[in-house]
Amino acid sequence: MSKQKNLVVIQLSGGNDYLNTIVPYETGLYYDYRPNMGLKDNSIIPIDNKIAFNSNIDFFKKTFDDQNLAIMMGIGYPEPNRSHFRSMDIWHTAKPFESSSIGWLGRTVKNIDPKGLNPITAVNFGKGLPRALACPGVSVASVGALESYGLFTGVSGAQNREILLDTVDRIYQPMNRDGVPSLRLLETGRGALDGADLLSEAPNNYSSDVEYPEDNPIAQSLKGIAQVASARLGTRIFYAQHGSFDTHTDELKNHSLLLKQLSVAIDCFQRDLIKQKLDDETVIWIFSEFGRRIADNGTGTDHGSGGVAFLLGNRVKGGLYGEYPNLEPSAQLEGDVHYNTDFRTIYSTILEDVLDVDSENILDEKFTKLSILNS
Amino acid sequence: MITSIDNKILIAHLLRRAGFGCTYDQIEKLSLMEYDDVVDLLINPEYGPPKDQDLLDRYFIASVEARTARHADPQWTWRLAKSEKQLEEKIALFWHGLLAVGGIKLDHGLAMLEEIDLFRKYGLGKFGTLLLKISEDPGMMYWLDNQNSHKDAPNENYGRELLELFSMGIDENGEGSYTEDDVKTAARAFTGWASRPTPPPFFLGPFPMEFSFDKSDHDNTEKTFLGEKGNFNGNDIVNMVAKHPSTAKFICKRLYLYFVSETEDWDEINKLSEVFLKNNGEIKKVLEAMFKSEHFKSRDIRFKKVKSPSDLVFGISRLVDKYKIPNLDSAELAINTLLMGQFLMNPPSVEGWHEGEEWIDSGSLIERINYASTEISNTSSYGVKRIIEIIKETNISEPNDLINRTLETLGYIDITEKTKEMIKDHLRKNKFTNKEDKILDVLKIIVSTPDFQYC
Repeated sequence: MSKQKNLVVIQLSGGNDYLNTIVPYETGLYYDYRPNMGLKDNSIIPIDNKIAFNSNIDFFKKTFDDQNLAIMMGIGYPEPNRSHFRSMDIWHTAKPFESSSIGWLGRTVKNIDPKGLNPITAVNFGKGLPRALACPGVSVASVGALESYGLFTGVSGAQNREILLDTVDRIYQPMNRDGVPSLRLLETGRGALDGADLLSEAPNNYSSDVEYPEDNPIAQSLKGIAQVASARLGTRIFYAQHGSFDTHTDELKNHSLLLKQLSVAIDCFQRDLIKQKLDDETVIWIFSEFGRRIADNGTGTDHGSGGVAFLLGNRVKGGLYGEYPNLEPSAQLEGDVHYNTDFRTIYSTILEDVLDVDSENILDEKFTKLSILNS
Repeated sequence: MITSIDNKILIAHLLRRAGFGCTYDQIEKLSLMEYDDVVDLLINPEYGPPKDQDLLDRYFIASVEARTARHADPQWTWRLAKSEKQLEEKIALFWHGLLAVGGIKLDHGLAMLEEIDLFRKYGLGKFGTLLLKISEDPGMMYWLDNQNSHKDAPNENYGRELLELFSMGIDENGEGSYTEDDVKTAARAFTGWASRPTPPPFFLGPFPMEFSFDKSDHDNTEKTFLGEKGNFNGNDIVNMVAKHPSTAKFICKRLYLYFVSETEDWDEINKLSEVFLKNNGEIKKVLEAMFKSEHFKSRDIRFKKVKSPSDLVFGISRLVDKYKIPNLDSAELAINTLLMGQFLMNPPSVEGWHEGEEWIDSGSLIERINYASTEISNTSSYGVKRIIEIIKETNISEPNDLINRTLETLGYIDITEKTKEMIKDHLRKNKFTNKEDKILDVLKIIVSTPDFQYC
């Protein structure tokens, strides 16, 4: 039996350091290049006799052992760009060679719900819409905090707010107004208001004994996602961000903290999904815009290319995909690791096997998908 | 016969389009002048730093020699929110969207600020001069790779965008009145145009860049461009392009779409192109003709254009007159437009922003409504106090009069009858403990309406 699956995207913003996330602990060159920042002993948890997890992502180790974690090694795209913005744009639009303002997931929403019947087919947690979800005519809810989401959240007194909302709600009823305000604007308004209504109701029917740490922002975002997912409102794509992974300085301290938060957050989320009976239908995709330089700069690392990404969930066929990049100087790309897997092959896999859409429609190109998901 | 109230309505309309809008008191003052005189005032700003420049520099030290585009934000947003020379800022924003350079690549705050200032300085003058200045601009050369264009290996990026996006344009079929060979020639003519760093004024921060011309890297041979033969340099290309009828049409179309209406009216655009050609591409002459035309002043044009995030954010911040001195809050203005979809100093591509209805999606609409309704009901802002005071001074009891008076104090704005009916319902249905609460509710609802998204 194949149940509909939903996608949870976790974006590690700022460029996650591949080499200190999945550590090549048997490669002497790694320690040569990272005299101050090479991880060993208690700081790593071996995966096999070559590579190891950063010990801060111990939950990843557990899921890997349960064969529910796929590690995408050496993931990237041709002609890597080391600007955060441009590289993130490339991941968001899935267009390495042209400038586009339409996101791959925005296009997907349009494909799933062409008439825009459900204003919360995709929900973003965080302020401002990532370009991945942008697409003209597509309504995507962008939520700071679920409890305070919606209109007039700054208005004091629940009753006052209700009264105001009621009037504004009526003003946005689409009806013939001779073109201005346009029907499209009124419909957008309806989408925003309805989406806000649906989402603000979501926490009411949610109960869980999982305690997401208050001081862990990504855990709080994932809690919001669990609340909306458990309300089963037809949301297929959830989006959250974690960072900043732009660890030019003080990396040992900062990177450890960020990875620890991520690991704890996903641990909570997975336990919660089991409680909510959502574990079989949720696939988590974790990516970053690039990896970092092979050599450290003293206390940190600079922007690089070629990174690591993860797919996680009960339906995922765990294991190692792609090859760990060679650190030999002759195999490097201007001091960075080469990519060996185009991220769009994973996108096409996610589009077809998680979101059930034709990947060519979204990516404008056919990629050979990988067999990572159990139907 | 123009009545005094009609004059106010027209001046308010002019200021919303040629700027970001005015307060009630500002309109009172301006309306002592004739409409045409207000146009003349707007199109002739005296270029130079504002009186409060030193204050801004002191509050935002990191923005003075801005390292990144983000460090530069407060320098521009303060002037967008405060400058009395409204058209100077509005035209800078126009050129920033047309001759677009993005912080995504040019993450150099100082270069970005210099570019914005170039738009202030030359943006209302002759188009040819502006085009030459931007062609020499180090930021633009880096953005479109002219740095990497060499005599023996010309890079066509700048040559192509110069013709396609900055001047002559292409039609809906992708056809231009120039050929691929013209693009190649333009690229050759610009070889040797580059920039070099100058000594940094501070220990930290980027090197300010300046234009340089490397004669040895310039293609110094005969070329054919737009059917003419000669040993053309970049200057010659700019001169030939700037006076071309296609350029007049393209630039006037873009000005029309930005200032007048999102629907192209070719009769009007053609009239403007004639003005452009007759006046050697002087932009202020085009704007003068545009703003003084009956077409611009007509009812059909008013409240039909979707406000850009900048129109909304800086319009509201001017209306509520929140900032007496620069503070952290004023630095957040750029974040507000960003959340509504306009990342200042980082247009999405060399094409600039897609204007009109594309501004509004459900996320950005929620941001617009929350921002506007919070600001307009913040009674600690001087402008909000003043709005309430003006409405209270008028002796009104009927909901209809209250709504109309509120619309006037918000700058003689208009809403549809249907929206008005619903606000009246709101006033009838609910009890208010005092008059101020009632006024605040009307204010909050008006700025939340779909009608308010237009200017």
